Amino acid sequence: MFADYSWSELGSIFAMQGFAGLVLFSVFVLMALGLAIIFGQMGVINMAHGEFMILGAYVTYLCSNFFQSTAPALMPISFFIAMVLAFFASGALGMLVEMGLIRFLYKRPLDTLLATWGLSLILQQAYRTIFGAREVGVTLPEWMMGSLPLTDIIEIPINGLIVMAITLAITLAVYLIMFRSRFGAKVRAVVQNRQMAGAVGIDTERVDRFTFGLGCGIAGVAGSAFTMIGSTGPSSGQLYIVDTFLVVVFGGATSLIGTVASAFTISQAQSTMEFFLSGSMAKVLTLLTVVGILMLRPQGLFVLKVRR
Amino acid sequence: MQTDKNGAAPRSMQRRKLMIGAAALALGMAAMPRLGLAQTPPTSEVNTTGLAVTDDTVKVGILHSITGTMAISETGSVQAEKLAIKQINDMGGVLGRKIEFTQEDGASDWPTFAEKAKKLLVEDKVAAVFGCWTSASRKAVLPVFEQYNGMLYYPTFYEGLEESPNVIYTGQEATQQILAGLDWVAKEKGAKSFYLLGSDYIWPRTSNKIARKHIEDHLGLKVVGEEYYPLGHTQFNSVINKIKLRKPDVIYAIVVGGSNVAFYKQLKAAGIDMTKEKPLLMTISVTEDEIRGIGGENIEGAYATMKYFQSLDNDNNKAFVKAFKDMWGQDIVIGDVTQAAYLGPWLWKAAVEKAGSFDIDKIKEASPGIELTTAPEGYVRIHENHHLWSKTRVGHAKADGQYEVVYETKELMEPDPFPEGYQ
Repeated sequence: MFADYSWSELGSIFAMQGFAGLVLFSVFVLMALGLAIIFGQMGVINMAHGEFMILGAYVTYLCSNFFQSTAPALMPISFFIAMVLAFFASGALGMLVEMGLIRFLYKRPLDTLLATWGLSLILQQAYRTIFGAREVGVTLPEWMMGSLPLTDIIEIPINGLIVMAITLAITLAVYLIMFRSRFGAKVRAVVQNRQMAGAVGIDTERVDRFTFGLGCGIAGVAGSAFTMIGSTGPSSGQLYIVDTFLVVVFGGATSLIGTVASAFTISQAQSTMEFFLSGSMAKVLTLLTVVGILMLRPQGLFVLKVRR
Repeated sequence: MQTDKNGAAPRSMQRRKLMIGAAALALGMAAMPRLGLAQTPPTSEVNTTGLAVTDDTVKVGILHSITGTMAISETGSVQAEKLAIKQINDMGGVLGRKIEFTQEDGASDWPTFAEKAKKLLVEDKVAAVFGCWTSASRKAVLPVFEQYNGMLYYPTFYEGLEESPNVIYTGQEATQQILAGLDWVAKEKGAKSFYLLGSDYIWPRTSNKIARKHIEDHLGLKVVGEEYYPLGHTQFNSVINKIKLRKPDVIYAIVVGGSNVAFYKQLKAAGIDMTKEKPLLMTISVTEDEIRGIGGENIEGAYATMKYFQSLDNDNNKAFVKAFKDMWGQDIVIGDVTQAAYLGPWLWKAAVEKAGSFDIDKIKEASPGIELTTAPEGYVRIHENHHLWSKTRVGHAKADGQYEVVYETKELMEPDPFPEGYQ
């Protein structure tokens, strides 16, 4: 298939393709981080993850409408304000859900799957009632659209760069929170040994609530970021949930580094295969590979030694 | 479930004003033979098979998804059908009987569609059903309609390869939507090479198959790529790179649902400016409804082939758009399928009046040849194969989310659900 092209064209395309892979990688990390925190640290299978993302997207939508009509001058930075609001909105909803639902189910992890799935249906219908069944269009600041042309063929999508930057920032923040803060130390203590953590005076319920809220908040940020590249509708969250679980399970549920590594592997594999094969075939092969590796290594790529 | 004698609950407070507007519109639609209340034939004559018809009412069903994934698309159809029913009632109903409707929710789930269809036909004994959107839901209800002998008015443009005496297809089948558009882009835009792209299920695949045959065998041009992505796919950067490498003149896109939004946003972000038409983008899956989700600025410059655009400049359409907005809100947009759904109740009314009966078998027989001069898209006529003769139009997307009609076929396109040489 490459016979008709010059070397410089090929070089450009491979550069573009590499960039596409990196963008996909960022998207996967952003989707999966929140879930990895909740699933990995708390053992809760949160099927409503996608709906928490979409809450973030709707907050962004409301925000962009608000700024457009009342303060057009602030429009260029409206997106970042929206993102912060999205974090708090999804985080707050997450904490409410934890208080009202999840905390009764910690001893029954499989039931969390059903309960959160039900929750996802409730949220979807709530969005449909509040925002209407149709997808909404989020108006983005002018400067976030379009691309930076480097050469004739190489054009770098600006929204791709922004997604990468956001992912980097969020990942760094999560790293600092989980591994460099007192809160993170408590979370890790609770994960490693709940009774012992309680015995030394850690309020495990409070830690649980904030961990769940943090995971959901990050989902909200992801949803907010995805208004740049995807759709915002009541059931858009469903588009992400399968890939998200794939990344988290493949990476090894308890390891955040595993999540990042698995996102990288899957995204590169998929975007490379998409280039050489058709889209549906690429997906099939990616899934097959993941299933194959999980058969050899059921615990995922990375494992954290945990005393249960 | 919801039954509403008046047709629907109007959104605005100006109900009276709205009724007057609708009545005025109804007068405008009086081109059809008008059977007033004076002419009400006895129920025993017009209903010999035990349908839900009384001396002053007739019950019909509306069967769409109002919850679940498909609600996004089907909402417009429900609104259009309710508007048509209300307008018909304001004109005096059908054979002197007011239409009442029973609405059921297919919930985006195909077995539910079949179950609800059976309920409408067997329990409610409705005289006609306006409903379904996806081909999957239509395929699910088809055996039910044939077994219990019901009448379905199906609004969506679809892949063809089907013809049932129990269904009137008010949308266009694939050849009606595709061929004229391809001819136009080859002739007017000098397109030589095409890249076919779609979501991975029956409609895009069948449509692209027809498109490929037409491009290669009839136009003698080249297809440089053909690709499908799973429904709900949100990452199109790789295929966009491939398109850049192959440099087609036309990207022929049949992407649907949430993927649509992702595709157009990423296309624009990757520096493919559709207003420059290098490459030119042509789609058969984006109506004004979808543009609301995509954002007009992201799809500006693309071409769509449909039979109806909200911007169509004729008196029928102006009245229709006004009535629709008065009923459902001023900021609403109307897509191709919404208009096709609007035709359903009117075509059924015409068939009942021609047959002089609500009996399903008589309607089936009376349907072919029925004309509608009041359709927003212009004149339409039912073909022997229960599809509609209608024109194909090409629209050019503008930043405000509307299409500007740049071409329409001179003649009505004949519906051909089983096109020879295209399979």
